[in-house]
Amino acid sequence: MKRFFRNKNFTCGFILSTLVVGVAAASLIWTPYDGNKMNARDRLQGPSWTHPLGTDQYGRDSLSRVMTGAMNSIIVGLVTVAIGLTIGVALGLASAYYGRFLDEAIMRFSDLLFGFPAVLTAILITSILGPSMVNAMLAIGIFYIPVFARLTRAVAGVVWEKEFIAAARVSGISEWSITWRHVVPNILSPLIIQGTIQFAVAILAEAGLSYLGLGTQPPHASWGRMLNEAQTFMSASPWLAIFPGLAIAWAVLGINLLGDGLRDTLDPRMVRIR
Amino acid sequence: MSASLLAIEDLSVSFHTPEGVARAVDGVSFGLDRGDSVGIVGESGCGKSVTSLSILRLIPSPPGVIESGRIRFEDRNLLELDPEDMRKIRGRDISMIFQEPMTSLNPVLPIGRQVAEPLMIHKGLTTAQALAEAAQWLDRVKIPAVRKRLGDYPHQLSGGMRQRVMIAMAMVCGPTLLIADEPTTALDVTIQAQILSLMVGLKEESGMALLLITHNLGVVAQMASRVVVMYAGQVVEEAAVADLFERPFHPYTHGLLRSMPRLGGRGGGRTERLREIPGIVPAITETLPGCRFAERCPHVFDLCRQNPPGLFAIREGQRARCFLKDYPERRRNDA
Repeated sequence: MKRFFRNKNFTCGFILSTLVVGVAAASLIWTPYDGNKMNARDRLQGPSWTHPLGTDQYGRDSLSRVMTGAMNSIIVGLVTVAIGLTIGVALGLASAYYGRFLDEAIMRFSDLLFGFPAVLTAILITSILGPSMVNAMLAIGIFYIPVFARLTRAVAGVVWEKEFIAAARVSGISEWSITWRHVVPNILSPLIIQGTIQFAVAILAEAGLSYLGLGTQPPHASWGRMLNEAQTFMSASPWLAIFPGLAIAWAVLGINLLGDGLRDTLDPRMVRIR
Repeated sequence: MSASLLAIEDLSVSFHTPEGVARAVDGVSFGLDRGDSVGIVGESGCGKSVTSLSILRLIPSPPGVIESGRIRFEDRNLLELDPEDMRKIRGRDISMIFQEPMTSLNPVLPIGRQVAEPLMIHKGLTTAQALAEAAQWLDRVKIPAVRKRLGDYPHQLSGGMRQRVMIAMAMVCGPTLLIADEPTTALDVTIQAQILSLMVGLKEESGMALLLITHNLGVVAQMASRVVVMYAGQVVEEAAVADLFERPFHPYTHGLLRSMPRLGGRGGGRTERLREIPGIVPAITETLPGCRFAERCPHVFDLCRQNPPGLFAIREGQRARCFLKDYPERRRNDA
């Protein structure tokens, strides 16, 4: 653990992300106000002691909404990376192992997904399935499948060629066990690193989709949604846009720094694969 | 004792590459008795490693194809076993040690786990039992402070130590045949001697047979009782160790022995210049009508370029693939 904290990026990223996670966790038990509760009398107030981050056009407390929004973002990050990791890693491993036709099929399918502009496809998916947070996560998660599939195929392909795999075969270990006990542990570091990077990208993507009205639906709080709603009042009540915007920047910066730090410590030679 | 353990009969292995079909192993036959130790000698690319990988059915396919032949182990033809039965033989009955101890161990698994793994697969031991037995084996291959070392990762060990771990890993299930593919080539000379004597000791204790693949004739002289010399995918000579060193028949074997450095040498104390074999090995994608060594052979005559020689019996236990058997007058004494 010590060697991680010797890395400045990791330490900064760790502190920033822990704060985000902490705030998100706190929002589950306590927020200053109910973030969804409207209060027409207190609408559009600036930051004050009673409402540290001000209130929006319905009089909802911004701090409470930024806090629940943090939880929202973390769920999006976790779920999308989980979708991408499980399916992508499985496809990538199959691709690296079987090669030939299956490899071609999986990789061309990846190319196909990569070929479309991500946002357009996400809009397509959410407009077919209907706008909601779950569908937004699905749309982002589907985009992560080829990212992880390609990465897994590349690094697993290298591992399969290693002599210790031959040694494991000679010991009579089944191909399945070799995959799980010898190949997967050897490709974990690049996967973890890519996972943190995609986590940050997912937060941005969800904010983008929600901003367009395709993600989290009102009245639930999401940073992107809050930006969208703040747009109308930009000149009169700029704090409504500033604080959710800051929150997004904070979380994305923190997780990216964390990912960079992890990469430097776990695998200095790894070139980031996009 | 000396019941036949392994018999390779007419084994041919090809690799189908874009440059053509490479016949890496061409009609190789030899046998190995229980508790016996046989060395396969030859230069790089002569097919000795492919032969050993064929025994374990680990030829990468594609592009490798076992074209023909039988590999009889105990009373089964390994080439006809289904993959699951073959897997059960690997590591339990036949094990293998590789050349490069730096890369033959999984860098992210503790060595104790790696040595324990075959036990868990083949003997169904629990992790704790397997680790305990692994510790005993690491002790037998003379790893110091085993208890502390079980959780070490390969990068924490030296090359010699890693090769000891490899040996322990290959031996845990008590195989009847151990294949060692250049087991000491990557090690320092002093460590080589330690590893060789360790292997001799373990072999004597366990009574297993050893198939030693090497290009180092010194190692063969020390370890093996019989030697198979391979050249360009074929067996060119097979003999007991003493016969091979004292009465080599095939010109290639002569050449190998002469290219081996030795102290003193024949010149009565003067160090002799090493004699290399002139020319290069024919590409294995070529098909030659005659003997594959003809172009490099000092005794070559017409017949050698026209017909492929068979393996002729020279004397009891010695065979050589050379027409000089029938035309001894063609041997030139000046070469």
